[in-house]
Amino acid sequence: MESPMQIQETPTLKAEARNLNFFYGENKALRNINMPIYDKKVTALIGPSGCGKSTYLRSFNRMHDLYPGNRYEGEIRFFPDNTNLLGADVDPIEVRMRIGMVFQKPNPFPKTIFENVAYGLRVRGETNKRVLEDKVEHALKGAAIWEEVKDRLPEQAPNLSGGQQQRLCIARALATDPELLLFDEPTSALDPIATGAIEELIHELKKRVTILIVTHNMQQAARVSDYTAYMYLGEMIEFGKTDEIFIKPQDKRTEDYITGRMG
Amino acid sequence: MLLVNTHIMSPNNASDLHQVSDRLAYNAMRNWKERLIEAVLLAAATVSVLTTLGIVYVLVSESISFFASVSIVDFLTDTQWTPLFDDAHFGIMVLISGTLTSSFVALAVAIPMGTIIAIYLSEFADSRVREIAKPILELLGGIPTIVFGYFALLVVTPILQFFIPSLPGFSLLSAGLVMGIMIVPYIASLSEDAMRAVPMSMREGSYAMGATKLYTAIHVVVPAAISGLAASYILGISRAVGETMILAVAAGMQPNLTFNPMEPAATITSFIVQVALGDLPHGSIGYQTIFAAGLTLLMITLVFNILGLWLRAKFRENY
Repeated sequence: MESPMQIQETPTLKAEARNLNFFYGENKALRNINMPIYDKKVTALIGPSGCGKSTYLRSFNRMHDLYPGNRYEGEIRFFPDNTNLLGADVDPIEVRMRIGMVFQKPNPFPKTIFENVAYGLRVRGETNKRVLEDKVEHALKGAAIWEEVKDRLPEQAPNLSGGQQQRLCIARALATDPELLLFDEPTSALDPIATGAIEELIHELKKRVTILIVTHNMQQAARVSDYTAYMYLGEMIEFGKTDEIFIKPQDKRTEDYITGRMG
Repeated sequence: MLLVNTHIMSPNNASDLHQVSDRLAYNAMRNWKERLIEAVLLAAATVSVLTTLGIVYVLVSESISFFASVSIVDFLTDTQWTPLFDDAHFGIMVLISGTLTSSFVALAVAIPMGTIIAIYLSEFADSRVREIAKPILELLGGIPTIVFGYFALLVVTPILQFFIPSLPGFSLLSAGLVMGIMIVPYIASLSEDAMRAVPMSMREGSYAMGATKLYTAIHVVVPAAISGLAASYILGISRAVGETMILAVAAGMQPNLTFNPMEPAATITSFIVQVALGDLPHGSIGYQTIFAAGLTLLMITLVFNILGLWLRAKFRENY
């Protein structure tokens, strides 16, 4: 019983992969991927190990540029300015200034809690103490860790627990106001309680930032995401709204994977 | 005879039980071999410990007889070192000043250069460059120090004299600079190992924040590897303080209380060489000075080693 007044939501595009191919040397890891990323939504990438979902994620902030022999083909358009993130004239450092990333294993720097969160701001040349303090506090609140660490800011970050470290890494990424936040299996090294906290946080965060998350855990994809993409052997098999993908997948391979017959 | 084992083994059978307990009995031969190996390992460890103890014993016992005739206050405060003169003075500060000055010059070269090389090799060089450059660098550490000594005396000193005409033929500066070059490979190699041990995920975390390679190297990799870097610096200091031939050849051997690297001076080690090469009678006071000087040297390196251990414990990597 839909009311006639209800407006069909048409989300804005934040990014779009167009005919994206990726090569590790001779080895083709991504095959002709076309996929939209919608603004202020959570998009989950699922698929069996080695299907290329992390490779795809790491293309967005050009992490592959750090290692020799890697090559992109095609485009990732980034909106609103319609820049091709993979363009030869685009500086990967500028790309990473706009796109934050949270890794599989928490990787705090061997610095204080404060300096970890202030890191990205310092990279961008911010030296004003008051601005740094404000933004660090704001980011820590955004990552739901402020109450736990507000009296411990001068302590070394590696002394925090694993779940706290991961939320600190999220705060670190949030501090510079990224437009897109990439999560590469952010909870795979965490216990269920810490995982719950991160998932809740992702729910909160999508109000301010677009999120792309790789996960091995299908329940997690179902819980946190608005859109889901199923990848297999470097190909994008199916993309759609999360409930649709999980309730009535169109492709047999997607169905096999999410019902646990494969992967 | 083959019939013995025709029935199925079962613990309920009395004779089988006997066999089982036989298998569980101590294997005397294996035990004996284990013990033998343990004894060999212990002996090997004991040799090095005993050697160290022996050295300390000789240094201390000879120094005790030295301090029976020279007061320890004079030893530490006298400003002259003339143990072989009729009017003998035993002011160890004279030798310590030479050792510290030359070490300072050496480390002023070796620590920055070694660290920069390590940063380059670990963070910037591609694997092909590193595989060629690192062995060559380590080869530099294998050159006999006497060669470095003559290199300092015959090549570096004349070059320095071109820029500083007042520089004497023997100087702490020239010897210290070459000593620094000698120490560079130790610091570079150990620091590079420490920096490469920093996990890639930590660098990626920094790159993902938009940091450059240099910013990442300085703000993430170096702090993460700091205990390894400190250990390499401590090793460099120990090498500098204990270095002998370069100083004996290029720094001159005249005792000289100075902290000016432009002057020639003897160090603790070069004094020991000088005296040991002479024909001093056993048990004479001149002979015993060697041991007092050696003990001082041991104390200095001990202090640095303890400092190194403390630094390691304080900044242990926790990634």
